Amino acid sequence: MTPVATPFFFYLLSGLAIAGGLLVITRRNAIHSALALIVTLLAVAGLYLMLYAPFVAGVQIIVYAGGIMVLFLFVIMLVSLEQTVKERQFNRMWPVGLLAACALLALFISVFAKGKSLFVERGAQLPESANTQQIGVMLYGEAGRMGQYTFAFEIASLLLLVAILGAVIMAKKRI
Amino acid sequence: MLDGFMSYLGSTLTPGQANNQLWALIYVFIIFAGVSLAVMAMNWIERKALAHFQVRLGPMRVGPHGLLQPIADAVKLLIKEDIIPAEADKFVFWIAPLIGLLASFTVYTVVPFGPSQAVSDMNIGILFMLGVSSLAVLGVVMAGWASNSHYPLIGALRSSAQMVSYEVAMGLAVVSAILMTSLHGTGLYGVSKLSDGTGTLSMIGIVQAQQEQHVWFLFKFFPLGLIAFGIFAIAMIAETNRAPFDLPEAESELTAGYHTEYSGLRWSLFMLAEYTAMIAVSSIAVTLWLGGWMRPFPNWLSGATWDFIFSLFPGLTFLALAAIAFVGVVRMPRHSYFRVQTIGLAAFGAVLALIGVLLLGIVIGAKFSHRDILSRTAEGLTNVYWFLFKVGVFMYLYIWYRATWPRYRFDQLMRVGWKVMLPISLGVLIVTAIVGVLLG
Repeated sequence: MTPVATPFFFYLLSGLAIAGGLLVITRRNAIHSALALIVTLLAVAGLYLMLYAPFVAGVQIIVYAGGIMVLFLFVIMLVSLEQTVKERQFNRMWPVGLLAACALLALFISVFAKGKSLFVERGAQLPESANTQQIGVMLYGEAGRMGQYTFAFEIASLLLLVAILGAVIMAKKRI
Repeated sequence: MLDGFMSYLGSTLTPGQANNQLWALIYVFIIFAGVSLAVMAMNWIERKALAHFQVRLGPMRVGPHGLLQPIADAVKLLIKEDIIPAEADKFVFWIAPLIGLLASFTVYTVVPFGPSQAVSDMNIGILFMLGVSSLAVLGVVMAGWASNSHYPLIGALRSSAQMVSYEVAMGLAVVSAILMTSLHGTGLYGVSKLSDGTGTLSMIGIVQAQQEQHVWFLFKFFPLGLIAFGIFAIAMIAETNRAPFDLPEAESELTAGYHTEYSGLRWSLFMLAEYTAMIAVSSIAVTLWLGGWMRPFPNWLSGATWDFIFSLFPGLTFLALAAIAFVGVVRMPRHSYFRVQTIGLAAFGAVLALIGVLLLGIVIGAKFSHRDILSRTAEGLTNVYWFLFKVGVFMYLYIWYRATWPRYRFDQLMRVGWKVMLPISLGVLIVTAIVGVLLG
């Protein structure tokens, strides 16, 4: 079976992701930014598919593109856009952002310069069909044995539960 | 060329698995044409059925019994003026219907019409379907916002709130069906040893799991499967914005909801997307709970004879439709005004009868000639027929609901979604898991 993961698709998807990311920060209209962000997220889902991680790609689409971004749009639509488009930025946070972006860029450049020596020569080569099953085993463990990441997974879900409860408590006056 | 074609008919792999791009493309075209045709037919059936529910005749003018009405509607929509409001966000307004359409058509890449009759069999099939169909809400939201008008905006807000909240219950109901694929025991309460249970997310795999367990998941762990199916059946109506959950386009409150400002071709794209999505979610329900392409009672009424009898159904259905058309011909008024319509209806009945005879011929030929290609074709036809039959039942239910139930109020809708459906589906999921562990 010939691989689908050709360089053409890689460059197409990463180009889309970068273009979307640039549009997110350059558009004045918040809705346009959100739509560009959806393009970026979908392109990243495509990149996951190219890495033979279909489960992560599917979850990326459901959670980010289908769930979170819809909520983003939902909130943005309620805001009066005419004012926000005209308004100038009033906080002076851009040096911090620039610093963070530079640090991230430095990280990327160093990884790129060191190249292959950072990674295992060939990562675990799993058949594509076992991908979802492997994720399940890593998260929950096999019969009678705790998985590699069970603890971290449960802690993360507890954190999300606390966040949900916090949101409910803040939103509701009387419980 | 012909050899390749013939060898493909006998293949047991989907084009995606066989990595056959040409056949995948042909499948895509067949599905695209078939779904568009089904949407037109659905349009006619819905108008006719609704009319008869309300003791009216419905469309009668264009063609015999209004059979050509969908075509007339399509032509009207195509040549209608395409208006973009002056204050609208042009680009978003333009792209919104396309996104809805794209999302609802992309889902069909994994719909299993038969064991090898699907564009592709992804191992994340059901996840892919849920993900892509959740993108459809983006089209609605964008349309409502880009119109820059009050009714569409309110419609879009309602729609996004509704679709996001019902997606949760829907997802949990789906998870409990996926859980059942890992049980491997046969029969209603059959569970094999827990340690060798691996489930599947692939759409074809889910149907094969039901085949292997000798039970539709609708009846597995009775009544747990039934409750999960009920949750899904309610949530899928809310997901596709159909009555009684059609608040995003409630005409008595919001004119037409999110597509108020749309006209002509763009409006028809929204309609196409809506009906396509309806067929898509119905096929998810059929795949997960109603045994996909399996014929009724494959175990109770097993054996070659019963297989043969059930494979006669596609042809007989078309013959029955032809008979209905011929009854219509006989009942047509004997007046020179109706001559063209009578001839047209008779021709339509003849075409249906011809298709029926052809299908019967293939099946009977496969039975008696023992040609491999012919029997594979007959098998494929039967599988696709049963899948489409079950989907068709759901489509009729959609019309029936619309004729029967009044529209919900928005707070009632939200209360049902979050306080009734979500706890029930969560409970069913937990109880299914517990029962699986206890019996395993």
